[in-house]
Amino acid sequence: MSTDIGMWGVPLAILGGAIRVSTPFLFVSIGECLTERSGRINLGLEGTLVFGAMSGYAIAFETGSPWAGVLAAALAGAVFGLFHGWICKFKGVNDVAIGIALMLLGMGLAFFFGKPYIQPVAPDLPAIPLGWWSDIPQVQAALQVNALFIIGAALAVAMAWMFRSTKIGLTIRVVGDSTDAARAIGLNPNTVRLLSTAAGGALAGVGGAYLSLYYPGSWNEGVSSGQGLMAVALVIFARWNPIYCFWAALLFGGAGALGPALQSVGVTSGYYLFFAAPYVLTLALLIFTSSPDKAMDGAPGELSLNK
Amino acid sequence: MTRSTFSRRHFLATTAAMGGVAATGSLIPTRARAANLTVGFIYVGPKDDFGYNQAHAEGAAAVKEMEGVTVVEEENVPETNDVQNTMESMINFDGAGLLFPTSFGYFDPHVLEVAPKYPEVRFEHAAGLWTEGMPTNVGSYFGYIGMGQYLNGIVAGHMTQSKKIGFVAAKPIPQVLLNINSFLLGARAVDPEITCQVIFTGEWSLAVKEAEATNALCDQGCDVITCHVDGPKVVMETAAGRGSYICGYHANQSPLAPEMYLTGAEWNWAGVYPQMVQTMLDGGTIDNFIRGGLADGFIKMSPLGPAVTDAARAQFEETKAEIEKGGFSVIKGPLKDNKGNVIAAEGEEFLETDIALESMDYLVEGVIGSTN
Repeated sequence: MSTDIGMWGVPLAILGGAIRVSTPFLFVSIGECLTERSGRINLGLEGTLVFGAMSGYAIAFETGSPWAGVLAAALAGAVFGLFHGWICKFKGVNDVAIGIALMLLGMGLAFFFGKPYIQPVAPDLPAIPLGWWSDIPQVQAALQVNALFIIGAALAVAMAWMFRSTKIGLTIRVVGDSTDAARAIGLNPNTVRLLSTAAGGALAGVGGAYLSLYYPGSWNEGVSSGQGLMAVALVIFARWNPIYCFWAALLFGGAGALGPALQSVGVTSGYYLFFAAPYVLTLALLIFTSSPDKAMDGAPGELSLNK
Repeated sequence: MTRSTFSRRHFLATTAAMGGVAATGSLIPTRARAANLTVGFIYVGPKDDFGYNQAHAEGAAAVKEMEGVTVVEEENVPETNDVQNTMESMINFDGAGLLFPTSFGYFDPHVLEVAPKYPEVRFEHAAGLWTEGMPTNVGSYFGYIGMGQYLNGIVAGHMTQSKKIGFVAAKPIPQVLLNINSFLLGARAVDPEITCQVIFTGEWSLAVKEAEATNALCDQGCDVITCHVDGPKVVMETAAGRGSYICGYHANQSPLAPEMYLTGAEWNWAGVYPQMVQTMLDGGTIDNFIRGGLADGFIKMSPLGPAVTDAARAQFEETKAEIEKGGFSVIKGPLKDNKGNVIAAEGEEFLETDIALESMDYLVEGVIGSTN
């Protein structure tokens, strides 16, 4: 049933882990990237992710269709985003504080409504077997790629293109860089930010649906364990660029697979250290790429980080 | 003058008076306890997790059926000061006279700190190790579920083709290590060539890491997998999805993958808790140290799955009967740990009741993994 692959298990696990684990990071971070490019920070995406995981699982279970679950998760995420965007338009409201409040609200609501769905088994999202060319079952398993991963990657490219070459992209960027300039050319910054936050929330919701409907593939209250928060941080690491968000998500997923993979080939001591690999790697990369002049390179001008 | 109404002295006097009222008030539930017992259950996770918490919640459900007993429950209580607050509020507001803080990490220091403050309340902790000198209103109980993992191992030993079995473990604490060792020794009772790969995730409940660990085991060719984490659902579903057989733990997980499920080591708290509560209702005292195994009804095995072969079934039933007779040892000489140190010399054996097993800090020869 399987071939002995020995140490090859490690690179393979990192590759497989990158594909399996990265998708929620990818969706949340490109969603947050979109929101932040419009000049707002939505720290509440951890709550949106968890609520998306719950609602996606619940709807998939009730309807029997995982894609209906993904849609429901996206809608729920959009509602959270709209709520954030709507409250933030009022004077004196701090988007970071609202984000934290919404994170707690999202998790609380998800735990509350999710109670009856911890036990049932919902249908999983289908995966595309891209490992057909190999005879090795482990390679085939690692290359079981979920459709959402491919959609996420395509969205990252599309979003980068949108920011660079389309009118919508330009509009978001103007609003994000200078509220005054946007007003001067007749744009309504609040509407643009509202829609950007809603779209960002919808993407985070889809990330949640991936967690509960594909990997690890079941709803429970610890399903996210902080991935939404890490993904928000990845946006800064990725310099507000959707393509970099994709690479950052892959890096994070792959590094997370390192701990279990090393133990499985017999490198057993110090596994707590290997579990910290994603964070150590992020820190190291941040230190190597940092420079005092370019610290906020790529950051939208209106972001409250910048003020 | 207006200020003086809100002076510190006044505030202290008022709160002291209120405290007095509260103290008098608390006498009433204390007296009511004799006839009517309120029992509090505290879980570290959700109580329908197909795992550790569900096993305890099934026990709580059995207690709920009893005459004159009120059950209060709280889920998702972390192993921090939070559990002290939960215990105190169950005692002060719900009038609980018997508490079951069920998670391992609740015991030291939390139960040990709260118990001396409420000498009239009984604290019963799962898996803790009560020793002389600890508060006498604290008790610890547990079941010898390692025997269940030994039986899992026997079935696994018959079913594995690759001679490699896998174990997803949370933390290297004695109970977990005993389960891992028992699982391998059960398999080695069938074929001494079998090895067991263990992966520690470092936390009791970490869904993504558990899935990654299971995938890593499958990649290395482990074709029968079991676990010791709080909610085995993710491990069971992932392993079955990869085509590995699964042995359950904590509760019966066969509904998740009926074809791949071989058997499982389950808690049977529904058979234990009502007895403990009845002792309290009758005005008796629960022993401070309670342990029990298969024969005492503390643990049970899931029904064997459809894939289990006749040979496996026969050896499983035979060994189970032998364990139920008592006097069966899993850890017996000659036995070395996986670093080459001698654990038990020829002829030396540790009965399931041996207290030395509750401070186990080694993995036996044949287990691939490390305790730190």
